[in-house]
Amino acid sequence: MSKLFSKENKEVFSSPLNLNNPIAVQVLGICSALAVTSQLMPAIVMGLSVTVITSFSNVIISLIRKTIPNRIRIIIQLVVVAALVTIVSMLLKAFAYDVSVQLSVYVGLIITNCILMGRLEAFAMMNGPWESFLDGMANGLGYAYVLVIVGAVRELLGSGCLAGFQIIPDAVYEMGYMNNGMMTMPAMALILLGCFIWAHRAYNENKEKK
Amino acid sequence: MEHLFSLFVRSIFVDNMIFAFFLGMCSYLAVSKNVKTALGLGVAVTFVLLVTVPVDYLLQVYVLSENGIFGIDLTYLAFILFIAVIAGITQLVEMLVERFSPSLYAALGIFLPLIAVNCAIMGASLFMQQRITMDAATSSQAINSVWDSLAYALGSGIGWLLAIVGLAAIREKMAYTDVPKPLQGLGITFITVGLMALAFMCFSGLNL
Repeated sequence: MSKLFSKENKEVFSSPLNLNNPIAVQVLGICSALAVTSQLMPAIVMGLSVTVITSFSNVIISLIRKTIPNRIRIIIQLVVVAALVTIVSMLLKAFAYDVSVQLSVYVGLIITNCILMGRLEAFAMMNGPWESFLDGMANGLGYAYVLVIVGAVRELLGSGCLAGFQIIPDAVYEMGYMNNGMMTMPAMALILLGCFIWAHRAYNENKEKK
Repeated sequence: MEHLFSLFVRSIFVDNMIFAFFLGMCSYLAVSKNVKTALGLGVAVTFVLLVTVPVDYLLQVYVLSENGIFGIDLTYLAFILFIAVIAGITQLVEMLVERFSPSLYAALGIFLPLIAVNCAIMGASLFMQQRITMDAATSSQAINSVWDSLAYALGSGIGWLLAIVGLAAIREKMAYTDVPKPLQGLGITFITVGLMALAFMCFSGLNL
């Protein structure tokens, strides 16, 4: 048990969450991060789906890594990922139909999410299954929490709700407060994410100086 | 004919791959430091789109759908089949570029094989799959024939090309400006793309 949670493994798990965040630092998987964050609910579902898929594809590839011929490894990785995405997409259609309609093509686009290929190439091809599982999960979570932050800000300012529940009371609207319709537009996703990266880098820079 | 044209213009300006759907962001941000390389990647992406989307259209209509050669609904295989087509065609483009323009091949580097996992390509195929069921009489987004899918692929590719060349041109100028340190590089690029997307929003009222 102590080996499973050794110091190195803790490092593997914690670094993608902050210092090596897939979105803010490695700049991977931006497409879906921007497209699904106009509301909180799809952002959470998307983050969870990606976490599940990165963890399991990492484990599968890490288990068969010694038998994969180097020349055709990309195709094999893509097939493993595509199969997992097909399963997740079917599960979403069965159990969370409304959200899967909202996510539309972006569930399928998890296949081409660079986080997956990046982690498979950089980590799972060289490490054992357990470390790969931790790495996949941590990267998925690092991705998910950025999605949730951006989704929450956009939904709160754009429609005054969080996950469909009204947060800003009617009294505030009566005083003349208005929802910022801009927030639900695609353009604001880019600008907000830019600001998030700014804050993230400024914060980590200060920490390094100390 | 009219439908083809409106589909083409719509996919460049209104349904722009980058500004409306954020597809292909990874390579868009990474390769847009220099106009010449950006142009090369844009042309490569357009070419891959032009080949894959019609091929995927034919596969969808004649193999995967219920009226296809197998007579059963195989759409759940779409993800795997589409990604295989895309990976194959990207390999072909890679060989062509290496043969005819070694300098471009060197400049694009890892991003050329990565077109296979470029969301713009997969995204265009998936959008095409959604739009097959639409009716051309009521919606200018409908894709009902191979020609429609070709027009859509060409429009999306050109839209992507415009976006990446525009951003590369801005970033070349931006090298001389004084940007706060944590904002440098990625942060300011995102905000620039956001402002470009705002500008492209004025096309959304375009009624074709």
